[in-house]
Amino acid sequence: MDIHEYQAKEVLSNFGVATPSGALAYSPEQAAYRARELGGDKWIVKAQVHAGGRGKAGGVKLCNSENEIHEACDEMFGRKLVTHQTGPEGKGIYRVYVESAVPIDREIYLGFVLDRSSQRVMIVASSEGGMEIEEISAERPDSIVRSIVEPAVGLQEFQAREVAFNLGLEARLVQQMVRTLQGCYAAFSDLDATMVEINPLVITGDDRVLALDAKMSFDDNALFRHPQISELRDKSQEDPRESRAADRGLSYVGLDGNIGCIVNGAGLAMATMDTIKLAGGEPANFLDIGGGASPERVAKAFRLVLSDKNVQAVLVNIFAGINRCDWVAEGVVQALRELEIDIPVIVRLAGTNVEEGQKILAQSGLPIIRATTLMEAAERAVGAWQNDLSQNTKVRAV
Amino acid sequence: MSILLDRDTRVIVQGITGRMARFHTKDMLAYGTNVVGGVVPGKGGETVEGVPVFDTVKQAVEATGADASLVFVPPPFAADSIMEAADAGIRYCVCITDGIPAQDMIRVKRYMYRYPKDKRMVLTGPNCAGTISPGKALLGIMPGHIYLPGNVGIIGRSGTLGYEAAAQLKERGIGVSTSVGIGGDPINGSSFRDILERFEWDEDTEVIAMIGEIGGPQEAEAAEYIRDHISKPVIAYVAGLTAPKGRTMGHAGAIISAFGESASEKVEILSAAGVTVAENPAVIGETIARVMGKAA
Repeated sequence: MDIHEYQAKEVLSNFGVATPSGALAYSPEQAAYRARELGGDKWIVKAQVHAGGRGKAGGVKLCNSENEIHEACDEMFGRKLVTHQTGPEGKGIYRVYVESAVPIDREIYLGFVLDRSSQRVMIVASSEGGMEIEEISAERPDSIVRSIVEPAVGLQEFQAREVAFNLGLEARLVQQMVRTLQGCYAAFSDLDATMVEINPLVITGDDRVLALDAKMSFDDNALFRHPQISELRDKSQEDPRESRAADRGLSYVGLDGNIGCIVNGAGLAMATMDTIKLAGGEPANFLDIGGGASPERVAKAFRLVLSDKNVQAVLVNIFAGINRCDWVAEGVVQALRELEIDIPVIVRLAGTNVEEGQKILAQSGLPIIRATTLMEAAERAVGAWQNDLSQNTKVRAV
Repeated sequence: MSILLDRDTRVIVQGITGRMARFHTKDMLAYGTNVVGGVVPGKGGETVEGVPVFDTVKQAVEATGADASLVFVPPPFAADSIMEAADAGIRYCVCITDGIPAQDMIRVKRYMYRYPKDKRMVLTGPNCAGTISPGKALLGIMPGHIYLPGNVGIIGRSGTLGYEAAAQLKERGIGVSTSVGIGGDPINGSSFRDILERFEWDEDTEVIAMIGEIGGPQEAEAAEYIRDHISKPVIAYVAGLTAPKGRTMGHAGAIISAFGESASEKVEILSAAGVTVAENPAVIGETIARVMGKAA
């Protein structure tokens, strides 16, 4: 789960990470009022969306007066911000963060990630802050400093000092940097984060070390023990279909194609998408309905997949291991009867009791296109979709 | 014996009184697995499917001589159960549980390092379908009947995609020595590399099939290991060519977040290491058959 910049800053400052003073606003008026409260004569107005690259997309504005704050906010509120991370549909701006501008001397990149190679938490830092880490690793790999934290004892002071000195910080700044690193690590491990990114962490003209931006992601599997983090969830930043699926215990990712997929198991779901592509089609979604594939789940899955208006054919691919194909087939038939689907539906069943399952599909009288192998299923799905398109009538074969 | 388990392996089921665990205990017993007990704190003295339940793993080990364990404990408590197994002297543990917090798994792995390597428990999973040596024993939730006994060693991150591969092999009359699910989580007990090493030394295994997917460095690490240390032919398939970057595809670990983690990059790295790559999931069985010199 991702949270907003202002939320991440609040979380991190509770762990001793210093941030510029700032305040949240839900309207242009409130933003101007907040600026007056903060004082000073230079502010940054920042769109709060769950995506990086806000600056280049016009989601971060430097303002020198209340008027400019109004103007900046008028341009942001209610708009969709499209950055290289949001996809073309963008993300809605419903809140902005107003922050006192600070004089920047130097920008540092600081990230904490779960390193899957060492299976530990790793600090990734670079003296080239402001750029994205992908850019830094491509253009200035020599500037990257890494340090792996031993989970039994946590981040030690000497490690934090090493990072600070390797980034070329002057001795007088090192203690502040150590506090920042230890705060980030404590937040990361205490709250089950999967990522903390401060980009940039700045050294100000008056020798302060401040988190100018902050991003945090949390482990969905650990949210049960952090109710205060779960509360920070902002559904306006999520794909509505994906949050609906998650609320129903299904794992769904929306894509751009036309062939909807209903599959049991994540690996088989990805493999099914790949096969559709190979057969000349484009998958409309990833959907794992879990190992069980009960009739209720199949029906839920159909509703979810069909809520995507681009879907012009549905491919169901179930490998019945522990459950049986006849049971899954009953579920498919039941769902199709209830939902009155008018696009081609291709069903491939494999595994336990496959013959009985096929029989149930055949005897249902429903226009279900059956397939026995994965490749055949994908080819028939793509074929049925193309037929459906070219004739603009429903082509069905039983 | 086969790698990891055999007909004589004495198995306990942690969390045996749960609905799923009961069902699969029955299934494993029917397959011939030597299930000797179960563990649920506070339920010692009960029996499930005719096997005795104990309060602690140590008690179970003492009473039954168990040397392997299958963990069905819910996610908040699963890490604790794995560590309890490690401490009780269990030699091999499979964790089925999906949804264990990543930092709990970091703790588990750290904890296991307190034992010297020859006494350290082997863990596969979590979030996997288990391990099967067809015709001998099944430690997991896979349907035993789709596997023929034979000489292909399978290692995979995904459950149902592993079934798909086994079924394609069965159709061609090709059998499996052992199939090991290493699971779909970002932090797992054993990697492809760990299991490859075991198959290299396994007399029952002639060729090795690796079923990978997007996310994480383990396929690339395996490629390097194969190039330098594996003499047996290796076939691989990597799922997720059509998966977008930065999105979690069902498995917590199936997310492309760094260079080298996409399916196409992994295919390239594996091919460069001399691995025969099945271009698509429909030809996994065919590719293995071809490498084994059997007519497709």
